[in-house]
Amino acid sequence: MKPPPFTYHRARDVQGAADLVAELGEDAKFLAGGQSLIPMMNFRLARPEHLIDIGRLRELSFVDARADSLRVGSLSTHRAVETADLGAGFAVVRDTMRWIGHLPIRARGTVGGSLAHADATAEWCLLAVLLDADIVVAGSGGRRRTIAAREAFLGFYTTVLEEDELIVEVLFGRPAPHAAVTEFAERKGDFALVSAAVDLDLGAGTVSGGRVALGGVGPAVTRVPEAEQVLQAGGRAGRELFEECAHAAAAAVEPPEDGDAGTEYRKALVRNLVIHACEEAVAR
Amino acid sequence: MTFGAATEGGEREPDLRVDGSWVGAPVTRKEDPRLLTGGAQFVDDIHLPRMLHAAFVRSTVASGRITSVDLSRVLEVPGVVAAFTAEDLHLGDITPRLDRPAEEHTETSMPILARERVRFVGEPVAVVLADDPYAAEDGIEAAEVTYDVTPPVLSEVQALAAGANAVHDEAPGNVLLDVSMFATDGIDDVFAEAPCVVHVRASTGRQNALPLETRGVVAGWDPRAQQLLVQTCTQVPHQVRTALAGSLGMAESAVRVLVPDMGGGFGIKCVVGREEIAVAAAATRVRRPVKWIEDRKDSLSASFLAREQRYDARAAFDETGRILGLDVDVLCDMGAYSCYPFTVGIEPLMASSEMPGVYRVPAYRVRGRAIATNKAPTAPYRGVSRPQHVMVMERLVERAARELGLDPLEVRRRNLITVFPYTGVNNVTYDPGSYLESLNLCERVITDEGWYETKRTAAEQGRFLGIGYACFNERTGYGSDAFAKRKMQAVPGFDISEIRMDTAGSVVVTTGTMSHGQSHETTMAQIVADKLGLPLDKVRIQQGDTDRVTYGWGSFASRSITIGGTAVALAAGNLGGKLVELGAHLLETQRDNVELADEGVRQRDDPSRALSYQDIADVAYLKSHLLPKDTEPGLQASASFDGVGDGTFSNASHGVVVELHRDTGRVEILRYVCVEDCGVAINPQVVDGQARGGIAQGIAGALFEKVTYDDNGEPSAASFLDYKVPTACEIPDVSMHHLETPCLFTDNGAKGAGEGGTIGAPAAVLNAVNDALRPTGVELNDTPITPQQVFDALTGALEVAP
Amino acid sequence: MTEHDKVLLTLQVNGASHEVAVEARRTLADTLRHDLELTGTHVACEHGVCGACTVLVDGDPARSCLMFAAQAEGSEIRTVESLAGDDGTLSDLQRAFSANHGLQCGFCTPGFLMLAEGFLAERPDAGREEIREVVSSNLCRCTGYQTIVDSIQDCAERRRETKETSA
Repeated sequence: MKPPPFTYHRARDVQGAADLVAELGEDAKFLAGGQSLIPMMNFRLARPEHLIDIGRLRELSFVDARADSLRVGSLSTHRAVETADLGAGFAVVRDTMRWIGHLPIRARGTVGGSLAHADATAEWCLLAVLLDADIVVAGSGGRRRTIAAREAFLGFYTTVLEEDELIVEVLFGRPAPHAAVTEFAERKGDFALVSAAVDLDLGAGTVSGGRVALGGVGPAVTRVPEAEQVLQAGGRAGRELFEECAHAAAAAVEPPEDGDAGTEYRKALVRNLVIHACEEAVAR
Repeated sequence: MTFGAATEGGEREPDLRVDGSWVGAPVTRKEDPRLLTGGAQFVDDIHLPRMLHAAFVRSTVASGRITSVDLSRVLEVPGVVAAFTAEDLHLGDITPRLDRPAEEHTETSMPILARERVRFVGEPVAVVLADDPYAAEDGIEAAEVTYDVTPPVLSEVQALAAGANAVHDEAPGNVLLDVSMFATDGIDDVFAEAPCVVHVRASTGRQNALPLETRGVVAGWDPRAQQLLVQTCTQVPHQVRTALAGSLGMAESAVRVLVPDMGGGFGIKCVVGREEIAVAAAATRVRRPVKWIEDRKDSLSASFLAREQRYDARAAFDETGRILGLDVDVLCDMGAYSCYPFTVGIEPLMASSEMPGVYRVPAYRVRGRAIATNKAPTAPYRGVSRPQHVMVMERLVERAARELGLDPLEVRRRNLITVFPYTGVNNVTYDPGSYLESLNLCERVITDEGWYETKRTAAEQGRFLGIGYACFNERTGYGSDAFAKRKMQAVPGFDISEIRMDTAGSVVVTTGTMSHGQSHETTMAQIVADKLGLPLDKVRIQQGDTDRVTYGWGSFASRSITIGGTAVALAAGNLGGKLVELGAHLLETQRDNVELADEGVRQRDDPSRALSYQDIADVAYLKSHLLPKDTEPGLQASASFDGVGDGTFSNASHGVVVELHRDTGRVEILRYVCVEDCGVAINPQVVDGQARGGIAQGIAGALFEKVTYDDNGEPSAASFLDYKVPTACEIPDVSMHHLETPCLFTDNGAKGAGEGGTIGAPAAVLNAVNDALRPTGVELNDTPITPQQVFDALTGALEVAP
Repeated sequence: MTEHDKVLLTLQVNGASHEVAVEARRTLADTLRHDLELTGTHVACEHGVCGACTVLVDGDPARSCLMFAAQAEGSEIRTVESLAGDDGTLSDLQRAFSANHGLQCGFCTPGFLMLAEGFLAERPDAGREEIREVVSSNLCRCTGYQTIVDSIQDCAERRRETKETSA
């Protein structure tokens, strides 16, 4: 389980990295924390000819938390976010980090790497989609653009990013004081069988709207408009409403059957985890 | 003296004894300092000049004929030095032998590298040598092998189907072993007339023993010794020497097997691996040392697996819950090859012989079969069959209790063997144990901790708590008589120990056992230190070197402390005798007036007249002219020991409390209680460690680990993402309790302690889960139990047990 | 025979500076073990799950099988070889593992030690459950984990006691 050969490049700045990857073409890849890419290379399931190490681009490693917005640099580690004070509006982001692998993985793995890898259960993808985050990317030739997270993830490990584009930051523009993420996996630290995230619009014990996102139910993390409609219709924040929302979520998805779990079981997990997430979100 | 007092520094007093004895004291381990500092030497830490690195081209198909092997492109890969196929190396096959008639056993062979046919995905076809492991892996990618694929045999149904493809031509029906044993006269009548007959069908998942250190070897010709030096992580160095010399066509004296520090084994390393031999052969061909370190992908998919069994078991009971008869059909999926030295009989013969366990079973019949399939082969794995058949036996007892409306613990009590020695219907004589006492204590701990109350309260809240137990024994210290009943052609049993005292009065003691985590350097030293009145640091244990150890059977079947520990004790005792004799001569008194004391001898009638070992050694080595005329110089002795009768049985009862989470189906273990009896514990801390680690592996089998194959025979688990080894968050703390029924024939009363934890855990966990499922009417008998199954059971999606 | 691209690196390991020329694909684990001959760091899965190869990178526990050596340039690496004193005296953490029988075969032990070393430096006040969660980062097949948790908790408690006494 030794990785195949490649040529190593170390990026000095964001622009240089994007320009270099454009020049080297499709066999080049960015290397950030490497916590997803290197295992795939060790299994020889990924074999890039060139790796552009962006690990030294310290300007991409920041957490800027304000009352009404949160910016996280793409090279910030999960652990850096987990140990940051993000305030009440973004506590959900901090608290979700504990679901990502284990401490040593969180200490190396990066926000941008996780978004770009786009696993169907990735917590960062889930958060970004749930909270309508914007993903800022830099491309070759000085191009920059902002991608709405809800449009970023296309399918299995597939995003709308061009090959020469590098994620520089993720921007959460709306505080989510009543949001929660919950997961179920057979073992601590495993990729979730199903993950559920909710963000409630809550006032005086009443729900007036909200967002629901799921991981592990399809090729990419997804929002569930059917469940959000239930929240939109509103009602007292309590079991009845949450169950209705959860049932709508479960009914709306058709999760895959695989060696770990069948479709019906995953749907049941969706139902129960959405309820848990709602209750946690209210309690926050 | 004091016991276990902690000092300020955080460690226990290193030279601490209990009542003047090392045996029984939780001394800190002699192994620890090097293991804690990175100073240990595992096989992958060995580096030799000009050493090459091996990787194996492995079959990508489960069943087929090799139509071509083209390694020409391999040799063009940068860094690759050589590549060999079976044809290049001309190696003899490994043929494990059982002395059983043809109707019971079909002998098959395992080639070192596949010739003509491949029988499982991952089977080695060629070996590539390169300057480093990266290049070696580049090299195997360049190999071109073509196959004429045949449909693989991947299940019991496929294997036994009429007209099934034969995995081995010699065994057209794919049955490699088929034994029917005991068949008590009138057993059919017993079942026909019994007031209660219960039936359990159970299957258990294919598992990997999974030592953290994978297999590995460094082999090279030693021109000075004119020997092939094979440094390999094996539990059975002498058996590796035999198989390796045989395959290479060398004299055994031309092979030296040396075992470095070993990162676990659990059975997977107590069989001879074909890669060990291929690497040794390749090294002799290129006249350079070669290292092979198995990677995790290969270790998970292409090494040796275990435990895939199917039981069809019936038990007859009277109205009061007494067992009247037991009728079992056990079928073991042994995969593609029989393992050396244990053979394909390892699992079915163990299950057949031991199934009645701790219970009085008046009538017994068993059929045990081993079938061949196109899956990775199997080897013994900690507990061998007992985790499975104890689980089935305990399910039968629980089933009967339900049918009869009795307390399952009461049913156990009515059937446990309480009078010893007891000779069972399986022709096994059980030495004294604490079967009933351990169950009673286990129940008391669970009761006193309030778990029955908690369960009641939880039920009122609509939660699903369950309490389960398992009672079992474990035969340890098999001697050659006991092993001979298996009819293996190589019959393990005895152990030989040699002891030498040096001029400083320190001793070096050999043992034919092979520690791979069990702390022999410490526990064997405790035994010897007691015998000779030595401090621990003056006792050094030597093992794992076929040139220095006369012969050994290694470590497996919880034999090390019983057999090996007694051999070292006897050897030390013999040396003690010599020291007394010599002491008497030097003190000019009668032999029986001299006794061993701390690091020396003294006169019984005048303890002030004493000699240190150093004084005696001084004469034995440096002033031998002072020795009596008929006394040889030097201080050495040896002894051998063989297990007595049917061996000695350790026993234990496990109690488990689980909660089933209705939202997810997760099984959470809330409490785990283990009451064990391994006779005299040489080092209680080590015994606890063996039990706890064993229990973790048992829980792994009950709830997490399973290797499956797709329709093409491709294994599902090539990584730790798919093969779900439990972590600290899934394995509970275990509350340990001890009873002590000393073994009557081992030197210090010790029984084996290596496997018991693993044996009891699946049964106890499964019983607890089924207890929690009681309100649903569902019973689960197949392991591992998945969250989805539990969820389905809780939500009424599963069929209710009849 | 051509060689693949090599990179010339300066690595800071256990307080010393080392120059190595290795293939770019060489992992930090292999570089430590086979180029710097620091074989205390073990390799057991090479896909970042088992944690036997855990070392400290700038104080944080990290899987050295999931890093190329080239990525480690400019960082302070610490391995198990750095824990004991120069005279071989075991550190308090190492002593706690021995006293609590937190190791059997010892193959996973360097990974657990470095995991705990990094974790306790950051969270000296951690309680048993938090320690257990961190211990779940790595795999051990011998101990059943309980005594590993015991060892780390024991070490943490002793450190807190020592701190209180000296305060």
